[in-house]
Amino acid sequence: MSLDDTPRFDTLAIHAGAQPDPTTGARATPIYQTTSFVFDDVDHAASLFGLQAFGNIYTRIMNPTQSVLEERIAALEGGTAALATASGHGAQLIIFHTLLQPGDEFIAVRQLYGGSINQFNHSFKKFDWNVVWADADDISSIEKAITKKTKLIFCESIANPGGLVTDLGAISKIARRAGVPLVVDNTLATPYLCRPIEHGADIVVHSLTKFIGGHGNSMGGMIVDAGSFNWSREGRYPTLSEPCESYNGMKLHETFGGIAFAIACRVLGLRDLGPCISPMNAFLIIQGLETLSLRMKKHCKNTIKVAEHLSEHKAVSWVSYAGLRGDRHHKLAKKYCPNGAGAVFTFGLKGGYEAGVKVVSGVEMISHLANIGDVRSLIIHPSSTTHRQLSEQQQIAAGAGPDVVRLSIGLEDAADIIADLDKALAEAG
Amino acid sequence: MDHSAYSETYIRSILNDVKTIAMVGASANTIRPSYFAMKYLIKKGYRVIPVNPKEAGNEILGETVYASLDDIPAAVDMVDIFRNSEAAGTLTDEAIDLGAKVVWMQLGVQNPEAAKRAEAAGLRVVMDRCPKMEYGKLSGEWGWMGGNSGRISSKRGKLMGGRAQSLSIGVKRT
Repeated sequence: MSLDDTPRFDTLAIHAGAQPDPTTGARATPIYQTTSFVFDDVDHAASLFGLQAFGNIYTRIMNPTQSVLEERIAALEGGTAALATASGHGAQLIIFHTLLQPGDEFIAVRQLYGGSINQFNHSFKKFDWNVVWADADDISSIEKAITKKTKLIFCESIANPGGLVTDLGAISKIARRAGVPLVVDNTLATPYLCRPIEHGADIVVHSLTKFIGGHGNSMGGMIVDAGSFNWSREGRYPTLSEPCESYNGMKLHETFGGIAFAIACRVLGLRDLGPCISPMNAFLIIQGLETLSLRMKKHCKNTIKVAEHLSEHKAVSWVSYAGLRGDRHHKLAKKYCPNGAGAVFTFGLKGGYEAGVKVVSGVEMISHLANIGDVRSLIIHPSSTTHRQLSEQQQIAAGAGPDVVRLSIGLEDAADIIADLDKALAEAG
Repeated sequence: MDHSAYSETYIRSILNDVKTIAMVGASANTIRPSYFAMKYLIKKGYRVIPVNPKEAGNEILGETVYASLDDIPAAVDMVDIFRNSEAAGTLTDEAIDLGAKVVWMQLGVQNPEAAKRAEAAGLRVVMDRCPKMEYGKLSGEWGWMGGNSGRISSKRGKLMGGRAQSLSIGVKRT
């Protein structure tokens, strides 16, 4: 290919960000397991600390293994730049810390990962960042929730745990009218199934721990800057538009333009809050990323088979998977996730809470644990685990009521996954 | 030519060909974007001559500042414009008169009419870009800050001048 050709998705998943190592020629990305990097001279050190030159200082701020992961995800999502963090929760903390001041509000749709609901309702409250809940199934509820204090709108592309698909285009129009950025958690979809920036997202956030890493071995998070938002227009985002005291009065948006948000997250958020990714985890997640499209295809293929089987099972009262024809989110899935609706979904048991507890205990191959997006199939009963801290009403609103079981379908043979579920369902009665 | 996007070949050929850059709007203030760009380009082997009437006669990063492009006593390959889009029009005409080969307008600076005049006179034009950022994208340094360079390569990055943390786009400079 010529220098001027634009590489396609599968090519980017393998090559973006990773030239051979300049000193050794190593072709795979080396694990730079070091805390710090020597300066060439005193002036070089000053340039790095003053943000005048690109370069590595300290692994709490950046590391060459991490950089490869960052550029690769930025390329796959179609963003201008990205920042890796210790976890998805760490990424969210940094995004909010960059955009909100005490007393500010943000709107989150209630169809969210239970961990995010906790983070928003309780931990962020301590910073006086105040969540206002809206409903992804009633788009007008988002518009109604906007006030002068609103600083961002937050949603998931495919929502955990119910596998619902969010109308990103409609929400991004509301965000644009309100003059606030749309932040989309794209963990369940991955950029292979959905690229929120193409639908108007200004910031994309990931837990890399899930499908992107894909093998259930490493924690990681990612922030992707779309480069599209004008942070200086109304002065509502002073971290980006006003002189920054810890960099001698530099204005970050003016200086860094389309990558200013990613830079601010790194040189203020990550520097001062500290949730950096380890080089080893970055390496393992890069390994996973290289087979992303192959894995997502098989994940989706297995999931539709399992979902179809369960929807006809006598112990099952309903299945919520947007990939199923007839599902209320099927149309949105075809629009936003044409390559598949992901591999996480929920189903309801006629036997309620008790049956849920029995099913997760009765499976033999499928693992009972609190994660998703692994090569292994995973099962959980949210109301007795991940969503236990929520009231029953909140559980139901989040799609995690007492009768709900969540599955994350792995890459085993679909017939074996189905056989294991059938056995557990039979035992649960 | 179409200025909505630039090919890697086009930007690379400009950054490889030019040696002396006149930077109009260069600042002595160490936190201004123009100071960043000037310092970076000098490190990459370019001679950067600052132009700024308010600083005329002073030095920035070891180079004498001139009041206007006309005052520069050396030959200039490229004029890098850190001024607003309107001012870029007059400056482009001055660059043509000066015999420069390239007019480069910084991020946020665009003057399509001036670009047409420069191209008619045989100059190459880049608008709404920063040469520091573009150099970083081509050398591989852009990714060090998580930036999406938009390119891939199986070629080893080229270290510059015995430094561990400086990559070159490949042209030998002293």
